[in-house]
Amino acid sequence: MVEKRTGKIVGVNGNMVIAEFDDYVVQNEVAYVVHGSERLKSEVIRVRGKKAELQVYEDTKGITIGGDVEFTGELLSVELGPGLLGQIFDGLQNPLPQLAEKCGFFLKRGVYLEALPDEAKWEFTPSAKKGDKVRAGSKLGSVKEGIFEHWIMAPFSLDGEMEIDQIAGKGKYDLKHAVAKLKDSRGNIYKAAMQQTWPVKIPITAYAEKLKPSKPLVTKIRIIDTLMPVALGGTYCVPGPFGSGKTVLQQLISKHADIDIVVIAACGERAGEVVETLRTFPELVDPKTSRPLMERTVIICNTSSMPVAARESSVYTAVTIAEYYRQMGLNVLLLADSTSRWAQAMREMSGRLEEIPGEEAFPAYLETRIASFYERAGFVRLHDGKTSSVTIGGTVSPAGGNFEEPVTQATLKVVGAFHGLSRSRSDARRYPAIDPLESWSKYDSFIDAKQILKVKAILRKGNEVDRMMSVVGEEGTLISDFITYLKAEFLDAVYLQQNAFDKVDAATAEDRQKHAFNVIHEIMEHDFKFESKDAARKFFQRLRQKFIEWNSIEWKTDAFAEKEKECRKYITG
Amino acid sequence: MQKIYNRIIQIAGNVVTVEATGIGYKDLAEISSKTGKSLAQVIRMDGERVYLQVFAGSRGVSTGDKVRFLGHPMRVSFSENLLGRIFNGAGIPRDNGPVLDENMIEIGGPPVNPAKRIIPRKMVRTGIPMIDIFNSLVESQKLPIFSVPGEPYNDVLARIAMQAEVDLIILGGMGLKYDDYLFFRDTLEKHGSLSRSIFFVHTASDPTVECLLVPDMSLAVAEEFALKGKRVLVLLTDMTNFADALKEISITMEQVPSNRGYPGDLYSQLASRYEKAVDFDTAGSITILAVTTMPGDDVTHPVPDNTGYITEGQFYLRNGSIEPFGSLSRLKQQVNGDTRKDHRVIMNRMIQLFADYRSTLEKQAMGFRMAGWDKKLLSYGHDFEQKMMDLSVNMSLEKALDMGWEIMAKHFEPFETGIKSELIDEFWPKK
Repeated sequence: MVEKRTGKIVGVNGNMVIAEFDDYVVQNEVAYVVHGSERLKSEVIRVRGKKAELQVYEDTKGITIGGDVEFTGELLSVELGPGLLGQIFDGLQNPLPQLAEKCGFFLKRGVYLEALPDEAKWEFTPSAKKGDKVRAGSKLGSVKEGIFEHWIMAPFSLDGEMEIDQIAGKGKYDLKHAVAKLKDSRGNIYKAAMQQTWPVKIPITAYAEKLKPSKPLVTKIRIIDTLMPVALGGTYCVPGPFGSGKTVLQQLISKHADIDIVVIAACGERAGEVVETLRTFPELVDPKTSRPLMERTVIICNTSSMPVAARESSVYTAVTIAEYYRQMGLNVLLLADSTSRWAQAMREMSGRLEEIPGEEAFPAYLETRIASFYERAGFVRLHDGKTSSVTIGGTVSPAGGNFEEPVTQATLKVVGAFHGLSRSRSDARRYPAIDPLESWSKYDSFIDAKQILKVKAILRKGNEVDRMMSVVGEEGTLISDFITYLKAEFLDAVYLQQNAFDKVDAATAEDRQKHAFNVIHEIMEHDFKFESKDAARKFFQRLRQKFIEWNSIEWKTDAFAEKEKECRKYITG
Repeated sequence: MQKIYNRIIQIAGNVVTVEATGIGYKDLAEISSKTGKSLAQVIRMDGERVYLQVFAGSRGVSTGDKVRFLGHPMRVSFSENLLGRIFNGAGIPRDNGPVLDENMIEIGGPPVNPAKRIIPRKMVRTGIPMIDIFNSLVESQKLPIFSVPGEPYNDVLARIAMQAEVDLIILGGMGLKYDDYLFFRDTLEKHGSLSRSIFFVHTASDPTVECLLVPDMSLAVAEEFALKGKRVLVLLTDMTNFADALKEISITMEQVPSNRGYPGDLYSQLASRYEKAVDFDTAGSITILAVTTMPGDDVTHPVPDNTGYITEGQFYLRNGSIEPFGSLSRLKQQVNGDTRKDHRVIMNRMIQLFADYRSTLEKQAMGFRMAGWDKKLLSYGHDFEQKMMDLSVNMSLEKALDMGWEIMAKHFEPFETGIKSELIDEFWPKK
């Protein structure tokens, strides 16, 4: 039995506490700073001689020199098990609604609740039997968690192959009850409960192999799915200046994306936005399962006024939970908003540690931290042959809206798709304000690549004509060029832009996108002849009107077919 | 227990270092020097060395002065007696009224649990069409006015304060010019609003450190009133001065600056104040309207930039009116769906057309021939600027929407606006 290791506080600077210890400390172990009856969670982040420097995950008001520090020897971990779905946690996995019941309106410091209540009982159905060979992540049985078959898996920390020595029968157990006993080749027995813990900063790798992401993830946002798609198990980033619609875009994707589970990491952003999600999701119905969206969602929220250090842990907590559900064979989408706040939290701590600053005072290890976070995404084949994925989408909030800053640049190096939001598009209310010319994706769309190339060429040409017109004026522009410009504007207005407030237009499913794109593509290819530029402009204005109305008609209805016929007739004259 | 120390070993900027033991982080101390008494706050502890930020500044502090620790962090009195009163940043009356020291509450308290917040639903009507139609203000919103120095931002603030339906107004003034302070006091007094107002005012000539306290004092009081069910409007002007005070202190403390000398935690510092805006489940609310002056009209300057990422939108004040581009109320969609069914359409289409007008203006400035469509846009844009954007326009939302249809009908054919036929049929003015 290890004796309790303790230390004494010798310095306080913001959320950094320096403690002198007698025995030994472990880098990144969790420690508690004791202040009266409060115990404040913290993490060892640097050791110098007999002094350990701790980042405290709470406000440090009132802490005194000479106070006690207790070291736990454990790395910062999360609890994994049934009951995570539908929950709202802070960055340290405290359930916020339960905290509100206990402490009222405010987040009292030093109060930590169990993420998964011990006393809750779950109906366990074994799927493995005595004598089966298992390894880390193998399925032992399952419980029903909402609409999902939640698999109880052998602990991820197991090393090598084991044999099931004993397994519980069908019945209700609490989460810490050992439902199976596993024996290794030397006869050591390991217990497996329905709940396990895992250190957040270490990826879960209990799968057979990592594959190349190749299946598209349908977000139902046309501009993304068509021009800059995201793949299951891929990564993408959404940088944009404030007010360009990053969070709205993330919210739309979290609602409409064709995916099993969504983990939302609200990291250092506005509390109001989280509130919107957590108040509306229980009422919104997922069209795929016809159950409330909340049942497929986990929210990790560490908003901007909550302690800074826990902001850093919140993205790791979120990705660990995402990886856990991936192990069950599910496709998980992690939305991190915003990774810049996480980077700033690193910067604040680095400043307190008086490390030599890199660009814009960000620490030198910024790039490697960002890279290793996005690398936790992936499309994997599990040991049972099934494939599953974690897709990561992170927003970036570049200072001054300038993409040349360190966080954006470090992110662009490691992601597979870039959805750059532009101020000029959002000023012109062209939503989603993703710049169709600047953005890119390395993944394949479900729409024919050749057609996309043609459409992109028209967009580019239209943009060139637009710029030229601002120099030579409309009268100095050829009518053929002017028509290309009108085509590009039309494409933008009726296909790339989407009205998030229109029930139908807000989300376009895969088959409808294919259909609509074909029609648009025909128009792009059509050789129009007009007598004057004014006539051309009028023609496209009316056509736009018809298409916008078409966009908000329910798919596969008579009205839809009729409107389409009307559009086609208008084109052929 | 109160302890007295007199070993000041370092004075740098407004930070005084004293050797002491048993002190709590962020505790208050009182320094008595020849120039008078001043409060100070612990901002760093290193062994026995305690770093104190002196509110009134370190001028005149001697190494032999007495430092008395009060054993608690900064507090402010809270009661109904605050109404109609005017204080400085340290909570000392500047209106010759009595000192208040009953029911002291701590400032800079813990954040609200997001699970106890509710989605804001109530629109705050201001009578300014550029706000009501295009960027509706919502109760519990936090919204700054971005402006270059010299624009009438304090007038806008005062006008909204008087017309908004709230129970209580708290003004937090930071680095205010003395005449601006008098302007606020006199305007509110004239409209009979002073009795439901509380002022915490730091003027440009007061010590810098007191400037840092103003938002926390204002918001701590606002929070208590909101918990009692009151709807509170907090006006903070000017947050750039607050950020500059932060910069001054952090550089004195030899912190590594991140961007243009501002500390790396500028975002968190601003956020912890703005995030006090809240609509409590089963209690009142706090709405924050702030002013952020943009040095050199540069929105990428660290203060407006970080602010924009925190607040729920922003109003740009330019050439004496609220600029439609860049101005944004992120909460408007919570309320503008239930006002009138043409509200959103008018909001979107008028702005899109106005954007076209702006690019036509550019073309015109470069000497291009104006086509028929360009001429339509020019006359539309001109009308829009006069009848909608001008700050002197004061009318209800419904009147302003009707005005919007009128302006469009005057200059365009219905199909040119791209509005759905169904709404055109109902609202397009018949000639």
